[in-house]
Amino acid sequence: MELITLKNVYKTYPNGVGAIYDLSLSIEKGEFVFIIGGSGSGKSTLIKMLYREEKPTRGEIIVGGVKVANLKNSKVYKLRRKLGVVFQDYKLLPKLTVYENVAFALEVVGADNSKIRGRVLEVLDKVGLKHKAKSYPDKLSGGEQQRVAIARAIANNPKILICDEPTGNLDPNISMEIMDILKKINEELGTTILMVTHDITIVEKMKKRVLVLKEGRLVKDYKEGTYKHEEF
Amino acid sequence: MKSFRLVFRSFRDAFKSVVRNFSLSLASITCITITLIIIAASFLISENVRNFTDLIEKDVTVVVFLSNDTTEEDRKLFEEELQKMDNIDYYDFSSKQEVKTNMAKEYDNLKTILDDWEESENPLKDTYTIKVVDVEKIKDTADKIKTFDKVDSVQYGEGLVEKMLGAFSAVEKITLIAALALVVVTIFLIINTIKLTIFSRKQEIYIMRLVGASNMRIKLPFVIEGVVLGIIGSIIPTVIIIFGYTALYNKMGGVLFSSLIKLVKPIPFIFNLSVVVIAIGILVGMIGSARAVRRYVKI
Repeated sequence: MELITLKNVYKTYPNGVGAIYDLSLSIEKGEFVFIIGGSGSGKSTLIKMLYREEKPTRGEIIVGGVKVANLKNSKVYKLRRKLGVVFQDYKLLPKLTVYENVAFALEVVGADNSKIRGRVLEVLDKVGLKHKAKSYPDKLSGGEQQRVAIARAIANNPKILICDEPTGNLDPNISMEIMDILKKINEELGTTILMVTHDITIVEKMKKRVLVLKEGRLVKDYKEGTYKHEEF
Repeated sequence: MKSFRLVFRSFRDAFKSVVRNFSLSLASITCITITLIIIAASFLISENVRNFTDLIEKDVTVVVFLSNDTTEEDRKLFEEELQKMDNIDYYDFSSKQEVKTNMAKEYDNLKTILDDWEESENPLKDTYTIKVVDVEKIKDTADKIKTFDKVDSVQYGEGLVEKMLGAFSAVEKITLIAALALVVVTIFLIINTIKLTIFSRKQEIYIMRLVGASNMRIKLPFVIEGVVLGIIGSIIPTVIIIFGYTALYNKMGGVLFSSLIKLVKPIPFIFNLSVVVIAIGILVGMIGSARAVRRYVKI
């Protein structure tokens, strides 16, 4: 079952800078996909289009059955409820505790109070941070903060988890802890994961599908386990 | 159930935000308070001026004295002419005998003098007291009546009345325009102040959008926050209106300078004005925050 489909997608920014050229790809339910490429290769633009922070200039994007390209501002929330997003800089709210940060995501989509508590503790347990529920983000290490961000992203049970360089700010061994959690989420919950990274060590270790972007074009699509490092 | 939760959480978030961003909230509240005080003052002035105008208009009459040789028939003709005019509200006739009796009643020492006169020597004149519909056209009406047959003289508060009414209506218009301009200025000030509050919460809104909060869910707390700021901002102006105006009214004894110019009675005036002021406060806060949050829900 195809969860994400892109057909001949082009993206040119208003200042005339081109970011994506004629990109077509499809991602199946339950896949774990890395997106790699140098800076300016368009990998960030690609995932931003998936959760509609950016609109494609041309072409079709379908995510979880939603046509993203011509989605109205007022309807964007319907797409966002189908996916979770994790960033390099965590984007946690500093004035809220770990528990509140995760609960916030459930609360603003209108979840029932009685269900929120159980669900928050459940996802915090999944990322191994149940004991830090009452801490504030600035009292946590980078790795722990990223785990909270992951817990928040999966709280609404999304079909897709989009990660934009989630290990970019972390030490190699902490990065691997994060990768273990993502792997667990992918395997246990069946969540489709898309991860942008430039950490080749992680990509080589994980042995997953790898998309290579260069100058806005998809130059290589390695099937699971076939990735080997090469220069483009 | 879900929409009830939405409203409940929006209210909770709005109050939380007012408390958490207290210094910024205070800026908005002060801004609303000052404007509402000025607006209230201009309403007080214009309402009182309107009251003066009404009172004066009520008092203004055209007095027509007929010449001494007027017959019964002449009077009938005169009344017919009067009825044809459109600016006449009503008229009242007093014969010279009646005028004499009235004068005698009013001033005791006049009575003795008046009593000396025989009916035939009565120097007073038959008099019509005319109330006009539109005081601003009183001059035209008086001039027209002057041309009628057997009219000896016509009197009204020539010049003075018109000038006073003109001045009053100018004051009323100016204060109302000033109030309106202030409302507009405040809305812009509120938009900017609330924009500051919202800017400091950009991240929060971004995350709300990202995890799938609907636009309604994002906007509603801010709109309610605006309403709360508006209500808090209108507390001091309302107190000033209710207690300040009552105190002023009592101190002045209900009149301004002379007993001719009466102030508007405090009740129910102060309550009506308070409702208006609170409504303006709420509206201004609401419009301000709704506009300020608009651009943040487009990400």
